[in-house]
Amino acid sequence: MAVRAEQLRLTLLFVPAAAVLCAFFLIPLGSLLVVGAGGEFGLGAYAMVLTNSRYLRSLLSTIMVSGAVTAATLAISGIVGLFLFRNRFPGRSLLTAMLTLPLAFPGVVVGFMIILLAGRQGLIGEMTAALTGERLVFAYSLSGLFAGYVYFSIPRVILTVMASAEKLDPDLEAAARSLGARPWQIVRDVILPGLRPALVASGAICFATSMGAFGTAFTLATNIEVLPMTIYTEFTLNAHIAVAAALSLVLGAITWLILSLARTVTGAAVAASA
Amino acid sequence: MRRGGLFYAQLAFSLCVCSFLIVPVLMSVTAGFTANYLHGVRSGLTLRWIGEVWGLYGDTIFRSMLVALSCLCLTLALGVPAAYALLRWKGRLGRAVEELLVMPVAVPGLATALGLILAYGRFGAFRQSWLFILAGHVVFTLPFMVRAVLAVLASMDLLALEESAASLGAGFWQRLWTIVIPNARSGILAGSMTVVTLSIGEFNLTWMLHTPLTKTLPVGLADSYASMRLEIGSAYTVVFIAMIVPLLVGLQWAAHPLKETTRQGAAASSSPAAAAAVQA
Repeated sequence: MAVRAEQLRLTLLFVPAAAVLCAFFLIPLGSLLVVGAGGEFGLGAYAMVLTNSRYLRSLLSTIMVSGAVTAATLAISGIVGLFLFRNRFPGRSLLTAMLTLPLAFPGVVVGFMIILLAGRQGLIGEMTAALTGERLVFAYSLSGLFAGYVYFSIPRVILTVMASAEKLDPDLEAAARSLGARPWQIVRDVILPGLRPALVASGAICFATSMGAFGTAFTLATNIEVLPMTIYTEFTLNAHIAVAAALSLVLGAITWLILSLARTVTGAAVAASA
Repeated sequence: MRRGGLFYAQLAFSLCVCSFLIVPVLMSVTAGFTANYLHGVRSGLTLRWIGEVWGLYGDTIFRSMLVALSCLCLTLALGVPAAYALLRWKGRLGRAVEELLVMPVAVPGLATALGLILAYGRFGAFRQSWLFILAGHVVFTLPFMVRAVLAVLASMDLLALEESAASLGAGFWQRLWTIVIPNARSGILAGSMTVVTLSIGEFNLTWMLHTPLTKTLPVGLADSYASMRLEIGSAYTVVFIAMIVPLLVGLQWAAHPLKETTRQGAAASSSPAAAAAVQA
């Protein structure tokens, strides 16, 4: 009896959140599903991401950019994060603070940062014009988008690397050192394996975020053909509502699957951070 | 410790990465206060662009604050009780419910926003008001509040505390109010900062949900980047950064005392709160 009353009260505590989730997330997803299947192509709309060459191209370039961003970010942030974790030097906390400052920048702001760096009036353009006479401008293309997503992801992954490096057992490293391991051997054989769950998890987040992000591409140029931009154009400019609904469901399924997969691979340890 | 070439190579690399991140921020600050960006700082410093931003986009700043604070109130009211329920529901059911609750983070904002428009777009008054944006923000930020609170609650032996309180005669609601919520406060604090930060910066959902009369700060930013001169976009960005950085500092500060005062288990679990902010 007491247990039952307790369960009832717990359910009562959960009901408001469940109701909001239902009304403003599950029902909207349901609408997407219905509308996506209700267009002129019927259920075939869901296959169009593979059958329509424009959508397929868009999907492939989205995957390509996201993959490249993930690889670049993991490499850059892995090196920087481990360096900051393993060394103490004057200015270290200032450097860490500056590296994590852009953490809360939304995609639109990141896009603007890339325009300031590599746009028509950008710094890189000025510098290359002065050095070679040729102005290098790459902000308004896939390369600009790549730079933007790397910019966006670096602070996040650095923080994750530093936080999980702190949780590694320092005795393991001491043992390796006493056995004569060189610093790079310690990194390769002790630290990187210990960091693997964190790297997998943050890599998955990085990939999924790049797949679904919209603000950066929107700021840089509306004709960059990545899937979120394609969906946006189909919905607002071409009024292909059913196709847009189907494509966005497919995109949502992909990002959700990637994150779930990473969580299964790395176990419950990173469940909370994925 | 002796420092070899490797140390300096890594330091140089880190400084390069740092300048990639920081140089455009400094450029934005400079441009926001420069009379004419094309002619550089020599053209003189001015507050004119900040003034123009205030005139053109002042309303977006207040609307974003309104949305963020309302979103915070709702996520507190919905998320803290939900986190406690999830803590108590162990096993497969609890995990399945948690998985469902965090789904809005895994699905791109664009998809959620399209769904909201398809489901509720025909209700004109709702569609036209800022509450439509709020609905999207609440669904998107709720998981961060739940996770931050859940992480802190799971890191302590709450059951023992509750049992002693119950043996002294405390009922369910009394325990919730005097044991659970006070013990969760560091998670609540971290979750709150995360929710406000995310809401103020949210664009993916908001761009689809806004109307010309319900622009938020990031929507206004996108608008200024597309249609205003570089100086105004820069000044507006400076205003945004000035709003967001104190929150970010507060977030790190909120996660920190926990690390100092509690044992390792809790310290480990404070990072999800930080990681939550990392999601944005």
